[in-house]
Amino acid sequence: MPAYRPPPIAASEITPRAVYLRRREFMGLMAGAGAALGLGPAHAEAPATVPLKTVPSAYKVDEPLTSRDDVTTYNNFYEFGSGKADPSRNSGDFKPRPWTITVDGLVGKPQTLDVDKLIAEIPVEERVYRMRCVEAWSMVIPWDGFPLKALLDKVEPLGSAKYVAFETVVRPDEMPGQSGLFQPMPWPYVEGLRLDEAMHPLTILAVGLYGETLPNQNGAPIRLVVPWKYGFKGIKSIVRISLVEAQPPNSWNLLQGSEYGFYANVNPEVDHPRWSQATERRIGESGFFGSGRRPTLMFNGYAEEVASLYAGMDLGANY
Amino acid sequence: MAGRSFGIADSLIGWGIYVVGLLPAAIYFWLGATGGLGADPVREFEQTLGLWALRFLILTLAVTPLRELAGVNLLRYRRALGLLAFWYAVMHFTVYLTLDRGLLWGTILPDIAKRPFITLGFSALVLLVPLALTSNRLSIRRLGRNWRRLHRLIYVAAALAAVHYLMATKVVDPTQAAHVGLIVLLLAYRLVRPLMPRRRTV
Repeated sequence: MPAYRPPPIAASEITPRAVYLRRREFMGLMAGAGAALGLGPAHAEAPATVPLKTVPSAYKVDEPLTSRDDVTTYNNFYEFGSGKADPSRNSGDFKPRPWTITVDGLVGKPQTLDVDKLIAEIPVEERVYRMRCVEAWSMVIPWDGFPLKALLDKVEPLGSAKYVAFETVVRPDEMPGQSGLFQPMPWPYVEGLRLDEAMHPLTILAVGLYGETLPNQNGAPIRLVVPWKYGFKGIKSIVRISLVEAQPPNSWNLLQGSEYGFYANVNPEVDHPRWSQATERRIGESGFFGSGRRPTLMFNGYAEEVASLYAGMDLGANY
Repeated sequence: MAGRSFGIADSLIGWGIYVVGLLPAAIYFWLGATGGLGADPVREFEQTLGLWALRFLILTLAVTPLRELAGVNLLRYRRALGLLAFWYAVMHFTVYLTLDRGLLWGTILPDIAKRPFITLGFSALVLLVPLALTSNRLSIRRLGRNWRRLHRLIYVAAALAAVHYLMATKVVDPTQAAHVGLIVLLLAYRLVRPLMPRRRTV
């Protein structure tokens, strides 16, 4: 029996690429208008993510994954706005490729590296990590990335290097949170780690999640993930990594030092001044009616791997 | 006074305010229960209820300046607006206790006692309780002049609620600035009002 075959589409009916690309601008505009009118979530079309080639890794949390939808629509990325849905709505114009990272400071071989070349050179592993936000919610996310150590080894840190400083891109034209009247913090967003924290095998530079390159709202094209620390340490869209001698500044600490420290290790016993850190709500786990509160684990459950980094340190004073 | 003219239309509008006023709570509850509030529905619902409590406080506080400055008299609806603010605050607190904190009193009570952010919000709610309880005609008659004095507590409650709202987030966003700005304006009006030359009443 002959199957029905749709007639071929005439080439003239296919939208030219330039016009088709403008669709996103239009959608962004409409989403912005909708948001301004308080019409609730209106998602702009997110730029396509591309599948990544990954190798398996032993670092896997055996807990149900947070859905990709939740991971990509519930974000803190103030460069795109301070609401949780703002980053997914407002990041449509951001261009994460081509992209280079400058690695400099106290290193033997300072260099500027292309992200896609890094992805081709260093094996990308799938790491399933817990993510605990300082706001007392959490997720389980399948990141794709490589140890930060692999990148630092390339530049050969000098003996005098004690800390690693990170910097996010500044692009007011593509990041609406960086322009206009309400700018929550000074740009660029900066973060830092002690060198031993940076070299720890759990510390990764993520270039993807759920097997595909990072969506813009999650910090495309490359971001830091330090699973035993509060989420704000995970600086996004990194353009510079510098090895330095003194403890570098970090944005939230600069903004509100009494509430956000440099270390920001997940610790159920050290409360945020405004709320308890003893429990957390796992996003997507309990829905609306179950309370879904679960106890927060010391070092977010990674105490076995990282507690020794802080032996003898007063974790209450060094929050 | 136009007490006689309170007809069927007025009483319909009176009830209409309650019905329309409670719609946001109903809509958001329905959205939350059916998965329409995003990744963290409890937080969204909780914050929305708090925001509407603040909005009805603002509307309640706006009645007097509207009457005196713009000649718009909404005095007969002020009770409904104030009670809506109270009920939204109660719902906000109830969601905090149940859906958010899961009735874990071991962490709730210390939070209310120790954390200024939560203490302030809770105090605002407590201050609204006597106002809601004395919002009936009998109380107004019984309390006489004291009724007006007692109900000035709404200024304190609104100020506490505004600070609570500012403390709820890590940075100030435009929505917050707009709401808190209105409260500051409406409270400031009470301060400058005695200094103004003549009051127009309608």
